[in-house]
Amino acid sequence: MTELLNGKGLSLVPKTDVKQTLKDFKSDQEVRWCPGCGDYAILAAVQSFLPELGLRRENIVFVSGIGCSSRFPYYLNTYGFHSIHGRAPAIATGLAASRPDLSVWVITGDGDALSIGGNHLIHALRRNVNLNILLFNNRIYGLTKGQYSPTSEVGKITKSTPMGSLDKPFNPISLALGAEASFVARTIDSDRKHLQSVLREATAHRGASLVEIYQNCNIFNDNAFEQLKDPEVRDDITVRLEHGQPIASASKAVVRAANGGIEVVARDSVSDDQILVHDAHNPDPSVAFALSRLDEPAFEHVPIGIFRQIDRPAYDTLMAEQLDEAVGSAGPGGLSELLLGGDTWRIG
Amino acid sequence: MTKQVQQLDRVIIRFAGDSGDGMQLTGDRFTAGTAEFGNDLSTLPNFPAEIRAPAGTLPGVSSFQLHFADHDILTPGDAPNVLVAMNPAALKANLGDLPRGADIIANTDEFTKRNLQKVGYATSPLDDDSLSEWRVHAVPLTSLTVKALEDFDLSKKDAERSKNMFALGLLSWLYHRPTEHTIKFLEQKFAKKPDIAKANIAAFQAGWNYGETTEGFSVSYEVKPAQLPPGVYRNISGNQALAYGLIAASVQSKLPLFLGSYPITPASDILHELSRHKRFGIRTFQAEDEIAGVGAALGAAFGGALGVTTTSGPGVALKAETVGLAVTTELPLIVVDVQRAGPSTGMPTKTEQTDLLMALFGRNGESPVPVVAPMSPSDCFDAAIEAARIAVKYRTPVMLLSDGYLANGSEPWRLPEIADLPDISQDFTTAPNGEDGTFLPFKRDADTLARPWAIPGTPGLEHRIGGIEKADGTGNISYDPANHDLMVRTRAAKVAGIDVPDLEVDDPDGDARVLVIGWGSTYGPIAAAVRRIRKSGGKVAQTHLRHLNPLPANTGEILKRYDKVLLPEINLGQLALLLRARFLVDVISYNRVRGLPFKAEELAGVIQDVIDSD
Repeated sequence: MTELLNGKGLSLVPKTDVKQTLKDFKSDQEVRWCPGCGDYAILAAVQSFLPELGLRRENIVFVSGIGCSSRFPYYLNTYGFHSIHGRAPAIATGLAASRPDLSVWVITGDGDALSIGGNHLIHALRRNVNLNILLFNNRIYGLTKGQYSPTSEVGKITKSTPMGSLDKPFNPISLALGAEASFVARTIDSDRKHLQSVLREATAHRGASLVEIYQNCNIFNDNAFEQLKDPEVRDDITVRLEHGQPIASASKAVVRAANGGIEVVARDSVSDDQILVHDAHNPDPSVAFALSRLDEPAFEHVPIGIFRQIDRPAYDTLMAEQLDEAVGSAGPGGLSELLLGGDTWRIG
Repeated sequence: MTKQVQQLDRVIIRFAGDSGDGMQLTGDRFTAGTAEFGNDLSTLPNFPAEIRAPAGTLPGVSSFQLHFADHDILTPGDAPNVLVAMNPAALKANLGDLPRGADIIANTDEFTKRNLQKVGYATSPLDDDSLSEWRVHAVPLTSLTVKALEDFDLSKKDAERSKNMFALGLLSWLYHRPTEHTIKFLEQKFAKKPDIAKANIAAFQAGWNYGETTEGFSVSYEVKPAQLPPGVYRNISGNQALAYGLIAASVQSKLPLFLGSYPITPASDILHELSRHKRFGIRTFQAEDEIAGVGAALGAAFGGALGVTTTSGPGVALKAETVGLAVTTELPLIVVDVQRAGPSTGMPTKTEQTDLLMALFGRNGESPVPVVAPMSPSDCFDAAIEAARIAVKYRTPVMLLSDGYLANGSEPWRLPEIADLPDISQDFTTAPNGEDGTFLPFKRDADTLARPWAIPGTPGLEHRIGGIEKADGTGNISYDPANHDLMVRTRAAKVAGIDVPDLEVDDPDGDARVLVIGWGSTYGPIAAAVRRIRKSGGKVAQTHLRHLNPLPANTGEILKRYDKVLLPEINLGQLALLLRARFLVDVISYNRVRGLPFKAEELAGVIQDVIDSD
């Protein structure tokens, strides 16, 4: 699917000959999420996916901020850093920029990534730091026991908004595209197959990959994404994005609209050649952005899959190139030469 | 006419003009010539935060003070012997600092009605008696420069721009400074604009010749080179020395340097300097904000780099939570705070020592951080290495407290022998340390209490760290009360046990009853004041703290040795609070927070008063 990019994402990370299993990636720590939390499904999906990469376990690092999802690193038997609220992208930037031999993952939530840490997220994306960012979006603050989050729908009744929230929510995909992200995708906690297929592409992508994962908080915001899981309606609501494929389901299709944008129409109202073919590699992000808006306003059509995947040098590569260039043009630095570099004079 | 040459042992010159007049460059060049000539020197730039305040106004005045001597000196000097005033605002803003009899070289071309009005002069002070206490040299610097450049194909405006070089030429003649360096500098600076280079050189030479020929200057002055300890010297500012110290720390620790930083006055020059030295494998990262700067540095440290962040007070406030994370995850990190006047934005280009208590205590929880403070511009080099040594050896964030005075001030620096620099390298942990082949990330070294530093990529030592309290040994999440108490005390004991050298006291006769103690950048003015007291027969002992946490082991014993302890600080008594609390010594504080360093004369008066009082 991604001939241009496939495999490049991990090219600098040492591989192992030892066969790994899910068990190798389980730490000895007891998992302490609420029973029924969507995080369990994501953890299991990640643990069972990692062996597929064949990486040396010691070269994998999970970095997180604060929130329910940010406990994730404790449960993986890799290197891990559970940091402070919102700052995981910044900490991971320093690590990934200086260590191209690591597979660095950022585990974050909607409050962590889009509220207190919004600034770090957008800058990590625009810099294209070599990170896999998994954004668990449950549209609520769980760890602080149920306040509305920056992805909560307007009018949300919560402990801190008894008369309903006033704030227009962020659309994480739109935000990431606006922040010049080179890889942007969405998946669902309960669909392990799809989740792992997106992770596969995200890890193959060298640079920043943002994967929004719709995740259910069964305590404070249960069934937030139920329409996408209910067999009765899910196929009608879900818009599957696959590069090179027409964007259509049995019942509906995405086409160019007369106003220059895109729109969803009944499948049988258009011919095959009118259906928009998904081009995740398009350097112009405008169609990807338009796709990210399809769920507005009523969660009627929800695109799932990879919105955008373009080739752009990763930040650590560019940084290393400057170091190489400096050494190449004048040789490695020497302290004595440095100190004597200014105007000097001798006494005695 | 043969002009008279007078010998002086020291001179203090202040160049003052509008922000756009190039006074900092003029001062820098005069300093370079003076350094080359072999005088000891010390400089004090003083400029507004505004890049170009309205021309000709008092807030727009920028100045550069240089003290040079035929002996070793410790400060940029209290009061200028010579003021170069490029306009009425520069004269008015600086006149209060001029002692009676000082020389004023005033650029008469700028003493126009409009410029005089801008600063509230009804009539030109050059034309009435108001300057009779001083020796005024009225020189039409601008028009002389334009005249000297009339053969050049330059607009009048461009020609006028070279007036600072004319002034530099005149002062270079007046004090017998070598000229070759300035000419070479101008050729290099304007290599791509040879016409501008030639014009500036012509203006510089015209200024020199003007001094030589005009009757307005009948005397020139010589200040013989100083007899300094033998060695190779260069002139260096605190920020540059600090940057070099960090590079040396990277080499001596064998760790790649990672700087995460956000631009802020007066610390940005460290970022600028380090970004030029990629040949040392240094990664400089201009972050999206202060928090990301320190976060990236900490992330890099987790990966095995020498993580550094550079900032000033407002930035330290923003970084506090991440520094706390470094405290509890016990990773090496260097936080450089080039202090400036606060609170809040305060006065960004002015100096202060007001971040000491923030450095020590400005975090949530029991969060001990070692603090090192350099005492002179060149000492920033050694202090940076010392901060790195502590950070790496004890796996801890370290605060390095410089300030605006050290950062922008400069002095001759005797270059260290590279072979004499300390080896501060520590091995990463590569093998399990638990009984059954497990890895315990919080099992400590018995001597230093430092935990192992095992970096990603090390097989078999995979582990998780974080901001939640960790169980002793395993590092697993723990809410156990006894464990928390143990961890809090252990982190405190680790920092308290850091090996710092004992305080040394300078008390030549050994019978002083008064001790002056200081910390950080006040060393120069305090030492200069102490010299004055001793010269006039007074007895006073001096000691100076470079380590503020932990304090040297003999601090209390020394404080108690004297009848009186005087502590001058450019804050409202922050170290005094600590010394009183720790040692129950009735420290006498002397505090000024004017955004400026102490003057030696001022401190000598304070010391004398303490000696004289019962």
